[in-house]
Amino acid sequence: MKLLAFSRRCVLEILRDPLNLFFGLAFPLILLLLLHTIQQHVPVALFSLARLAPGIAVFGLSFMTLFSATLIARDRGSALLQRLYTTPMTAADFILGYTAPLLPVCLAQTAICGLVSVLLGLRLSFRMLLIFPASLPVAVFYIALGLLCGSVLNDKQVGGVCGALLTNLSAWLSGVWFDLHLVGGTFEKIAHLLPFVHAVELERAALSGRAMLPHLAWVAGYALVTLIAAVLLFLRQMKKR
Amino acid sequence: MEAVQTIDLTKRYRDTVAVDRLNLSVRQGELFALLGVNGAGKTTAIRLLSCLARPDAGDALIEGKSVCREAAAVRELIALSPQETAVAPNLSVRENLELMAGAHGFSRKEARIKTGEALARFGLSGIAKRRAGKLSGGWQRRLSIAMALLSEPHVLFLDEPTLGLDVLARSELWDFIRAMKGKITVILTTHYLEEAEALADRVGIMKAGRLLEIGTVDEIKARAGADRLDEAFLRIVKEENA
Repeated sequence: MKLLAFSRRCVLEILRDPLNLFFGLAFPLILLLLLHTIQQHVPVALFSLARLAPGIAVFGLSFMTLFSATLIARDRGSALLQRLYTTPMTAADFILGYTAPLLPVCLAQTAICGLVSVLLGLRLSFRMLLIFPASLPVAVFYIALGLLCGSVLNDKQVGGVCGALLTNLSAWLSGVWFDLHLVGGTFEKIAHLLPFVHAVELERAALSGRAMLPHLAWVAGYALVTLIAAVLLFLRQMKKR
Repeated sequence: MEAVQTIDLTKRYRDTVAVDRLNLSVRQGELFALLGVNGAGKTTAIRLLSCLARPDAGDALIEGKSVCREAAAVRELIALSPQETAVAPNLSVRENLELMAGAHGFSRKEARIKTGEALARFGLSGIAKRRAGKLSGGWQRRLSIAMALLSEPHVLFLDEPTLGLDVLARSELWDFIRAMKGKITVILTTHYLEEAEALADRVGIMKAGRLLEIGTVDEIKARAGADRLDEAFLRIVKEENA
């Protein structure tokens, strides 16, 4: 009951912020529509829906870091968390309460992105359902990154790091906007060492029926390490409070 | 058994001793006020007693349970209304109360009943659906105390409960606090002397982390040779400077 009450509160706080709804849902959809429209007016396949839709879905998930980090950082700066620390809630209640309720939000976001893509012309198939399990490690990675950033940064720093920096880095290094081969060199090597491109390729593989495993391993590995680091840092700030 | 007992309770922050060997006992049902100027150590004392900070030395017992060794058991007995407004701004008044009921482990049915009772008791029913962040300071503080009392704590800590409130809102909160007297143990910190005089069974005066004086308002006035509490307070605090 403790976990349920806290989870409900976290998800309501996030979903009732109109800026979150705009950045988490409207903004990726606007980009999807915009890039799809551009594609219709150029002769080469720059933004075909089969490549664009998974990329936009991952781009939308990157905002989960901002949402969860902002909520945690704000809570840390407010007296509400202090009050909750005096209740019988445990560390596990707090950590799960901040992270678990965002998973269904992520899945809903992926579903909406998929639905809009189908309406725009993406071929509907049963294989599309694979996007949901493929989204899970990606969602865990971004949510855990939010827990990590929210545990060490204040809400202003979170805005800069998770809002401006991470979402842009995540987009540039993921191959959503352009093919990484076009840049090549060190940029491409760095991009392949980070999880973002693998997250997009994982979803593209799920949609096209290609092998998901190499990308899944990268993303799941990053998600696991980030989650462990986030939990440790959250526990540390809880002790230091 | 004493509701609250501290034994040489000490907390240091780098070179500063925020609470220095605090020894005090508060009886069950008593309303005890900790007085002091800013930086006296009142809030740190409350943080130690409510398990938000760990003492560097000494211990505190809440109904016999140690804040050092039995923090989980202590948390079942206490509630805190912090100095700053401690409400979830995007949640309605009702949802804030339900959150606290859930945080204390009440079932959904129990939470609904407790929330309904708290709404009625604190006159919040009319604004139950309003977002907490949109309420005035006085209403937010009222909600904050309602949230603290929802779990029916044995010991309630009120840290500067009327700070920044206007006269009317303060008077209304005083009435709520008075109504708790004898039913639960309340420890409140304040730097409004008239608040302590109006509400407290006993007061303790702190300065630089140390408890300088403890007793009823009349006892403190008599010991300081003053007619008024503010006079007595100034004499005690200044005497310590000399």
